[in-house]
Order: sequence, then C-alpha cells, then structure tokens
Amino acid sequence: MAEKSSIAESVGVPAGFDPHRVRGDFPILSRTVADGRPLAYLDNAATTQKPRAVLDALQEYYSSYNSNVHRAIHELGQEATEAYEDARGVCAGFINAPESACVVFTRGTTESINLVAYAWGRASICEGDQIIATEMEHHSNLVPWQILAKEKGANLLTVPVLEDGTLDLDVYESLLSPRVKLVAVTHMSNILGTINPLPRMISAAHAAGAKFLVDAAQSVPHFEIDVQNLDCDFLACSGHKMLGPTGIGILYARRELLEEMPPFMGGGEMIHKVTLEQSTWAEIPHKFEAGTPNIAGAIGLRAAVRYLQSIGMGAIRDHEESLTAYALQRLRSMPDIRILGDAPDRGGVLSFLMDDIHPHDIAQLVDREGVAIRAGHGCAQPLLRRFGTNAVSRASFCLYSTEEDIEQLCAALGKARDFFHHGNG
Amino acid sequence: MEMDELYQDIILDHYRNPRSAGIVEDEELLVEEENPLCGDQIRLTAVIEGGLVKEIKYQARGCAISMASASMMTEDLIGKPIEEVKNRIQNFVRLMRGEMELSEDDLGDLVSLEGVKHFPMRIKCATMCWHAADQALDKLEKK
Repeated sequence: MAEKSSIAESVGVPAGFDPHRVRGDFPILSRTVADGRPLAYLDNAATTQKPRAVLDALQEYYSSYNSNVHRAIHELGQEATEAYEDARGVCAGFINAPESACVVFTRGTTESINLVAYAWGRASICEGDQIIATEMEHHSNLVPWQILAKEKGANLLTVPVLEDGTLDLDVYESLLSPRVKLVAVTHMSNILGTINPLPRMISAAHAAGAKFLVDAAQSVPHFEIDVQNLDCDFLACSGHKMLGPTGIGILYARRELLEEMPPFMGGGEMIHKVTLEQSTWAEIPHKFEAGTPNIAGAIGLRAAVRYLQSIGMGAIRDHEESLTAYALQRLRSMPDIRILGDAPDRGGVLSFLMDDIHPHDIAQLVDREGVAIRAGHGCAQPLLRRFGTNAVSRASFCLYSTEEDIEQLCAALGKARDFFHHGNG
Repeated sequence: MEMDELYQDIILDHYRNPRSAGIVEDEELLVEEENPLCGDQIRLTAVIEGGLVKEIKYQARGCAISMASASMMTEDLIGKPIEEVKNRIQNFVRLMRGEMELSEDDLGDLVSLEGVKHFPMRIKCATMCWHAADQALDKLEKK
C-alpha cells in the first residue's frame, strides 16, 4: 500500500517539482511586508524575483573576475570574455537558436525591438509599405513601429482583439499582402495572458513575404521556446522577467538578417577597422554590441537560464497552468469581479476589474495584506480602451507562485471590498 | 501608516457622492489632464465671471483619491477670486510634497488628503485635478 501511494504522489507532482521547495531558492520570498505579513508576490509579469544562483553569479563576477571583455590580454579579461560568450551560448541553447552568433545581447525587450526597428526597419521599410501589429501589444512593440512608419511614410495596421481575448485571425489573414513587410506580435499578452497561435500566424506572414518578430518578454520564462520550430525571423526578450538581472536582454535574429542589417549604435566593440574617415563592422553579433556590454547582466542571465533548465520548462508550464486554472476558478467565484479575456490557451497573467473599486485603490488595499499586484494601464492602453477601461488590476504568476499566494490575494480582495463598502466604521 | 489614514471617511464620502461632477454648460474654460502613470483622466470645465470662479465641474475616471480630490477641489474653489485660486493650488501641491503643514482652517475638507503624502506613488492621484486647474488658469491668462 505504502509503495502504491508513493507512486501516485510522484505522478501528481510533475518531475519532482514543488513550488514550496523552489521558494527556498529565492531569498526575497522569505521577507515579510506590511507589518510582518508574508509576501504574496504576484507582479511577475512586471519583473520576476531572482534565485540565489543569479545573485551568487553576479557577486562572483564582480568579486573574482571583473574585467572588460574581448580585448584584454590578461587572465581576468579572458575569464570574463569566456563567461560572457558562454552566456550567449547558454541563451542561444535556451531558445534553440541554431548558433550563438544569432543572439545579440541588449538592455531588454524594448531595446531589442528598437534595434530591429532602427537597423532592419530603416533599411527595409519604404514609403507605402505596411507593418502589422496587434491591439494587444505592449507599448514597446507598438511605439517603435509608429515611429518607423511615420518616418518612412509606411502604414501601421493592427489586428483587433476579440471579446475572449484572442486575436481576430480572419482580419489578420485578410490584412496580409505583398505590401506587408513585417508582422510584430506578442507571444503572450501581458494583460490577458493570451498565448497567440504563432506557428499559424508566422507561416501566413511568410507566405505573404513578410518577416515576423516575436515579442517573447512574457512567454520566455514560462514555457519552452524554440525559434527554429517557430520559424520566426526575430525574437526579443528581457532577462529580468526570466529570473535574471535588469538591464540585460536578448535579440535573436536569423543570421542572414543580422548580416545584412546596418549597425544600431556606433562605437567600440562593434568595429572591424576604423580610420578617421570610415569604418568597417565587426562580425555578428558584435556588430550590434557597441560599447562595453552588461557583462555582469549576461553572466547573471546565464545563471537564470541554467536555473530554469534545471527545473525544466515543461514542469514550470504544468505548474503555472494548474495554478492559473485555480486562480481563475477562485476569482470567478466572486460575483463582483470581471476578468478580461478568456482565451483557451493562456499563461499565468490575470487582469480584472472589481465593480466600483478603482484598480489603484485595490492595489493599495491588498498591499496592506502583503499582496503585491499591479494596477494601471499595464503599458497596453489601446487594449484597455478596447475593453472599455483605462486601468486594470493584474495578478501574474511565476514558478514559485503557490495556491497560498492566490488565497492571500482572494482574502485581501474580500477585505478591500468590505473596506470600500463599509468604510472605516 | 494605516489604511484609514489614507482613506479617511470624508474621502470615501466624496468618492461615493461627488459634489460637482459633470460639465458646465457653455463653459468658458475647458482643460483635460491625464496621469500618464496610470491612464486616469480628468476634464475640468469652468466659468469665470468678474474675476471669480462662478461655476466649476469635473468629469473624470480615477481612483478614490483622485476623485475625492477633484470633488473637494471644485467645492473649495467655487466663488473664490482667481488670485486666491492660485494660492490654493500652490498650497495644496506643497502640502502633498510635505513642504508645509496646513490646518483645517486653511483647507477645510482638503486637509483629509494630507495622509496621501506618506504614499509617494499616490501623490499624482491627488494632484491631477489641481494640475488641471493650474492649466486652466494659464489658459485664462493667455486669453
């Protein structure tokens, strides 16, 4: 009997994954807030917490081999260069890029997208061309295209979002034509949690002759990403949303695109030969990494990726899927809560409205109960406008999130409701 | 800082029962202000006659702090001469920045918003309507 039940348990917990156990790897999660309450950190779509492995990697770099990369002859320089380039390789492996040279280190998703808009966009978009984005994009995957379109006399078209929080794919497919040069779409909405059907969208874009950029800021820490399988042309993501440090991110692009693209910024590190009159460019990816890069950031990101890999993206996805289902069920049981969107394929992000209580007030009141959620426009004003509001409350999960966090949120929402409806009396 | 210091009963009362919500017909002044941090918006309309605020109303979407602040502000400014309006805007913003202490005699109901200064992320909520009023005065001067 005892043997049987232990087998059943091992099936119930995928690949030995236990969120309570991994919480021990994140020092910040053991702190208390709001006068001794446990911290329920549910703002992971904004930034995730960092495991000790990442903190140690940063500490070790600065305390034992801090040095500039690539041109130093000394031992420290060699160690730093090896670690920095190894980090590139680890990141390339994580998204299954065919080679490390296709991975450019940037400051984050925003810089990655701007790099494409500036370097590829300025050389490839002409007057009358079209760029397609969607109504659910984060401002960082919308504003760079608005700027580019305006500068080039091109047109930015957008795919509408349906009431259930999915994209209107009929409209998307009808917008595609030879005039479309680029489609830029988020893998997972930072407001609705919707996971977009990228394989279908990318093959349709390619059939029309357009390039496809994936904003993977929200998806990359939560499930497996394979750029070769997706067949995307560009993919952008941020280290700090995937357990890594702030100020480091990735741009993946196909080799031939990176080779034909002019540089983004000029300076040291990105040149081959410089005379007073002109310069030639370094090989990719260094052509796009002008100046001293965020070496510590890259090394910290390597530790984050290794940490995620040690747990397994499949186990993380399974855990977050069941946690999201639990949270949806709990929030839906409250009659005054309206959840935005209801996509069948979704990740651990929930945005909601609570009757007559403004999201700011909700976030403020639940903060007193130790619950950290986001309130506001979530850098997606067009999407909120489409759902008839200018602000939402958002809870978002990560591998260390638990049902206890969700219970703490629900209890805090109940208190917020009581407080608002009955006041201090 | 406890929640009831931030959300005093009088604030919740103004939020639930806004005093001058709406739009002034045939408005002389119309300004719109947005809090870029959160997307909240206010539209302030007013009529100035003989150097006094004859009518002032607001239409807004926002949190309890920003709505209560707007309700109290319109109640506070109505009937006041323009010069005094300028002073009150300045004083309120200084109160929020913690640059001055004000008594109930100076500010009436508005003093209930003083607790907001302990929540730096919320100061913009309380000052949004006051910035709109300031903008309205600029507009008036340019006329």
